[in-house]
Amino acid sequence: MRVRAFVLAVVLAVAGCGDGGDPPAAGGVGGTVTVLAAASLTESFGRVGTLFEQQHPGVKVTFSFGGSSGLAQQITAGAPADVFAAASPATMKTVVDAGDSAGEPVTFARNQLVLAVPKGNPKGLTSLAALAKPEVKVALCAAQVPCGAAAAKALTAAGVKVTPVTQEQDVRAALAKLKLGEVDAALIYRTDARAAGGDVDGVEFPESASAVNDYPVVALKKAPNPSGAGAFVTFVRTPQAQQVLADAGFQRP
Amino acid sequence: MLPLLGLLIRAPWQTLPQRLTAPGVLAALRLSLLTATLATVVCLLLGVPLAWLLARTTFPGRGFVRALVTVPLVLPPVVGGVALLLVFGRRGLAGEWLDATFGLTLPFTTAGVVVAEAFVAMPFLVISVEGALRGADARYEEAAATLGAGRWTTFRRVTLPLIAPGVAAGAVLCWARALGEFGATITFAGNFPGRTQTMPLAVYLALEQDLDAAIVLSLVLLVVSVAILAGLRDRWLGAA
Repeated sequence: MRVRAFVLAVVLAVAGCGDGGDPPAAGGVGGTVTVLAAASLTESFGRVGTLFEQQHPGVKVTFSFGGSSGLAQQITAGAPADVFAAASPATMKTVVDAGDSAGEPVTFARNQLVLAVPKGNPKGLTSLAALAKPEVKVALCAAQVPCGAAAAKALTAAGVKVTPVTQEQDVRAALAKLKLGEVDAALIYRTDARAAGGDVDGVEFPESASAVNDYPVVALKKAPNPSGAGAFVTFVRTPQAQQVLADAGFQRP
Repeated sequence: MLPLLGLLIRAPWQTLPQRLTAPGVLAALRLSLLTATLATVVCLLLGVPLAWLLARTTFPGRGFVRALVTVPLVLPPVVGGVALLLVFGRRGLAGEWLDATFGLTLPFTTAGVVVAEAFVAMPFLVISVEGALRGADARYEEAAATLGAGRWTTFRRVTLPLIAPGVAAGAVLCWARALGEFGATITFAGNFPGRTQTMPLAVYLALEQDLDAAIVLSLVLLVVSVAILAGLRDRWLGAA
């Protein structure tokens, strides 16, 4: 009995993968659209997905958020997905070079770094130069991930040499260290500082202009739901979706 | 075994020599071996007495304490790291006092790595040693006591030799777990090359950019740990 139930579950799961959920509704777009997106898009894409579902009744959007590079590896390894939104063109390039994209990626948002400090800025840090003081504990992202590369560019532009106490594996981990009070400052994206709500203040600094991160999006070649993929990629550039992204702190491309 | 085979087949053998000498590999390996060994020592110092308490004495709430010992096995290591920060962090329960009294901060230091690894690896030692103690015949200890040996002498001269294989097995498990520790380490001690970046952290970050580099680092970790474990096993079997 248990074996039979297991077989049934497997068959159902396989069938589910095959047609991408429900059959497409009239008008060409339907079923489930699976979107792999950079972790920094978690809040804003959640809202964009809801709007998309409202505009296309019968369509369901499911997200998998994570580090861009990890998601890119999943795609090139054959993960079934319809759309990929990355936090850096370099990561997107690995997917395009592997021949997994359908068409050219388009930039739909830009993100800049801010100097994130605890609420009220107790140490009075107002510029990158202040981070070079030995008594200031700073968390940066590791150079291997996009926010770390951006931080290195901004610090070079400012001519400041900072020795961080830690090089975190992604931008949210750096934010977590700041929220826990273990560091005095972190260089993170404006959107992440805003998503942290009242716990964190984001101090703008001029050098962040030299390290702007483009966010590209693309439909995937092996998409189980190609029409849904195309519709979602078009939708993120509509004024409606752009407004949601702007509210989260992204800049328009 | 299959995933291991996959690593071996996929390894970039041509570029292996350059990759092995890349800066940072040796530093991470040295740090990993050092911290895992220190964590094992810490576990032995704290874990053997704890196991003895659990196996040889009765006190109220013993079952509860034994369950608490296994908590790090169940807890996702990242949560363990956060818990350590809440206790030993700059604003933590004990950390604030440590900082104010001794100027001592654990997060982002090599000592922090040892604490995180010891926290996660301790149950492996305590459970093996407690099992060995329960399996050992308590009558030898009683005989020693009737012959005038004190508690400490009995423990050192009778109990420890009896349970040595159990302690050794526990220490090996503990060391291996500490060597592979990732989640609690990166959460509690952060990631800084040469100071807190152990091999698993280096592998994870290499994976962000360069799959081949990550595979090479993993192979190095595997080869070194298997060599050390095999070498130790031969020595113990030879001595037994």
